[in-house]
Amino acid sequence: MEKKWFTISVYSENNVGLLNRISGIFLKRHINIESLNVSKSEIEGVSKFTVVVFTTEDWTRKIVMQIEKQIEVIKAFYHTDEETIYQESALFKIGSHLLFDERQIQNIIKDSHAQIVTVSREFFVLAKTGKREEIEEMYRLLKPYGIMQFVRSGRITVTKAEMKISSLLAAMEK
Amino acid sequence: METLKDKKMKKSADTRMKISGAEAIIHCLLAEGVDLIYGYPGGAIMPVYDELYKFQDQLTHVLTRHEQGAAHAAQGYARATGKVGVAMATSGPGATNLVTGLADAQIDSTPMVCITGQVPRHLLGSDAFQETDIIGISTPVTKWNYQVTKASEIPEIMAKAFYIAKSGRPGPVLVDITKNAQFDELEFEYKPCTQVRSYQPYPKPDMADLQEAAALINTAKKPYIVYGQGVILGKAEEELKALVEKSGIPAAWTILGLSAMETDHPLNVGMVGMHGNYGPNVLTNECDLLVAIGMRFDDRVTGDLDTYAKQAKIIHFEIDPAEINKNVKVDVAVLGNAKESLKLLLPLIKENKHEAWHSEFKKKQEEEYEAVIKADLYPQKPGLTMGEVIGSINKASGDNAVIVSDVGQHQMIACRYARFTQTKSNITSGGLGTMGFALPAAIGAKMGAEDREVVAIIGDGGYQMNIQELATIFQNKTAVKIVVLNNEHLGMVRQWQELFFEKRYASTVMTNPDFVKIAEGYHLKARRVEERSELDEAVKEMMNSKEPYFLEVRVEKEDNVFPMIPSGASVSDIRLK
Ligand SMILES: Cc1ncc(C[n+]2csc(CCOP(=O)(O)OP(=O)(O)O)c2C)c(N)n1
Repeated sequence: MEKKWFTISVYSENNVGLLNRISGIFLKRHINIESLNVSKSEIEGVSKFTVVVFTTEDWTRKIVMQIEKQIEVIKAFYHTDEETIYQESALFKIGSHLLFDERQIQNIIKDSHAQIVTVSREFFVLAKTGKREEIEEMYRLLKPYGIMQFVRSGRITVTKAEMKISSLLAAMEK
Repeated sequence: METLKDKKMKKSADTRMKISGAEAIIHCLLAEGVDLIYGYPGGAIMPVYDELYKFQDQLTHVLTRHEQGAAHAAQGYARATGKVGVAMATSGPGATNLVTGLADAQIDSTPMVCITGQVPRHLLGSDAFQETDIIGISTPVTKWNYQVTKASEIPEIMAKAFYIAKSGRPGPVLVDITKNAQFDELEFEYKPCTQVRSYQPYPKPDMADLQEAAALINTAKKPYIVYGQGVILGKAEEELKALVEKSGIPAAWTILGLSAMETDHPLNVGMVGMHGNYGPNVLTNECDLLVAIGMRFDDRVTGDLDTYAKQAKIIHFEIDPAEINKNVKVDVAVLGNAKESLKLLLPLIKENKHEAWHSEFKKKQEEEYEAVIKADLYPQKPGLTMGEVIGSINKASGDNAVIVSDVGQHQMIACRYARFTQTKSNITSGGLGTMGFALPAAIGAKMGAEDREVVAIIGDGGYQMNIQELATIFQNKTAVKIVVLNNEHLGMVRQWQELFFEKRYASTVMTNPDFVKIAEGYHLKARRVEERSELDEAVKEMMNSKEPYFLEVRVEKEDNVFPMIPSGASVSDIRLK
């Protein structure tokens, strides 16, 4: 079966050990976590894990079933890129002199719709939010000038379709 | 001075009492109906042991001689009774010694709660004496685990632990309790747990799925049922039998499904799997409908998946959604507890007999009898076979014993030839294949089912993996019958070496101690059998004994277990020799 990008979204009770349980499920099957993000969700007290994998749909489905089996997991889903709105964020730390010496840098900033978060005597920081490829492209463009530090966040995702977690929780509590 | 008893009386008088965490643990266990636990003390769990001392009239603690023994004993107890088994250990090495038992219980879906002591909260993460991250270590082998660091958490967590261990697809739960939480006081109030919001243990069978399943069953020409432990765990034995009898469908068991129906039932056709019966394996690839009930298509059952039941439609009755389409793609999945699902299915099923189809199983059975069974059960050679020992035990027990087998050739032979008339009678380590399981598990089984004969069948290798539990048997006068089938080899591994590694017997030949003397050293009645002429009489003497009894049978050193599906081969390619 063909490998693709899948986003796994996990709604769970807040629990310290759960990250360990969930990562173990990937580890056991040698499936690389391409990106991971944990945050609160739209529901009070409910956490959301967003995990990106590059594998077959069959494996993704099996992993989602194993995740959902964990006691504290309320619901787990998987989606293809087409079914979601997704973003990543990146920060680029760059020497301040470049801002003045290299005209091209200003064009890159403008064209990529990146934001200048801070500027100091030594460095300035660019923030870019977008698709992975857009961030990669910006990285490629800035690289020749020297990037002092670079970091990219895990993917965050909302689905086009409704998740219905609230109604699911209401049903579970009955 | 107030006596302990007065204190206890006073305490149980008010519902909300202030007690120590350690005492609360005891009250939780009592509230869950636990009257027997297995364990081993040590520094980080001492406050709980102190309370066990005070409550010994209500709660029996059996001191095993190794924490692994405690875990397997709790498993044996759970498997024989259907109740939750409980094991307790101290932190560090005590806790890590439980891990094999947890893994075994996880893969064989055994309800068990393990309680471990932990270093005080303020020392967590400091590499304190006997600190080990048992939560991290046990995560992949527990259904759920939790570290309690405050006394006030104890009642809720214990209630949740028992609920999770026994509900849905059962499994092991570990509760790790820091020492400060054992010493500190809490206002005790116990409410049993009846639900956990994010956990749905009992999916409701869907009527449309059931109808689809029934339609397939009613129209199939060669339907075939394979049942597993889900039937026993779901208490669906009656429903399974009713389905089999009404539909007339040949039914085979997996190793853990064994004893869910009486072995002699005319519609029972035998065991599937690597050393299962010939017909049940081969005909898997000739049926037109496979009805899997409470089993999980383990690789030891399916062999090569690419050639497993490809010609058949498959229906899967299963409580755990994660098992659906995990190994084998199915046409209809009926989620739910086996009892409930089968009850709903039964009225939709048409009566049938499938006589011609049954006769195909008969034919294969006769072939297997000629090629394998006859020589196993009624050997013509001088050396004793494992099969005839099991036959002798069947005779002496009236097919009514609980058989606890260890892992290896003797296990396969026991599961092939032991006969059962009651459910929960075949206790063995199926999924993990844990050598050393049987002796402690037999202790738990006997303590859980005191009125039944419990016979442990063990190889000379596995016996020495938890042989120290003979002391537990002696101290508690646990009337288990221990049969060691001594072939002076790690037989099953030697068989593979013979068949697949050109007889290079690397580390499978064993020079053994005098097992009879060892048993006698533990003050057990013991006997050795080397001749066929003594076998039946010795087995009878063992079965008639009111006390624990050890029987060593010297069997053929290089016998093999057949039939056999070589690992990775298709069920069709099962070998008779
Ligand atoms: C703890 C453990 N270690 C190793 C094995 C691998 N193993 C499977 S069967 C077997 C041989 C068992 O020998 P014995 O107990 O004498 O029984 P027999 O096969 O001779 O009946 C071994 C070593 C295992 N299953 N469990």
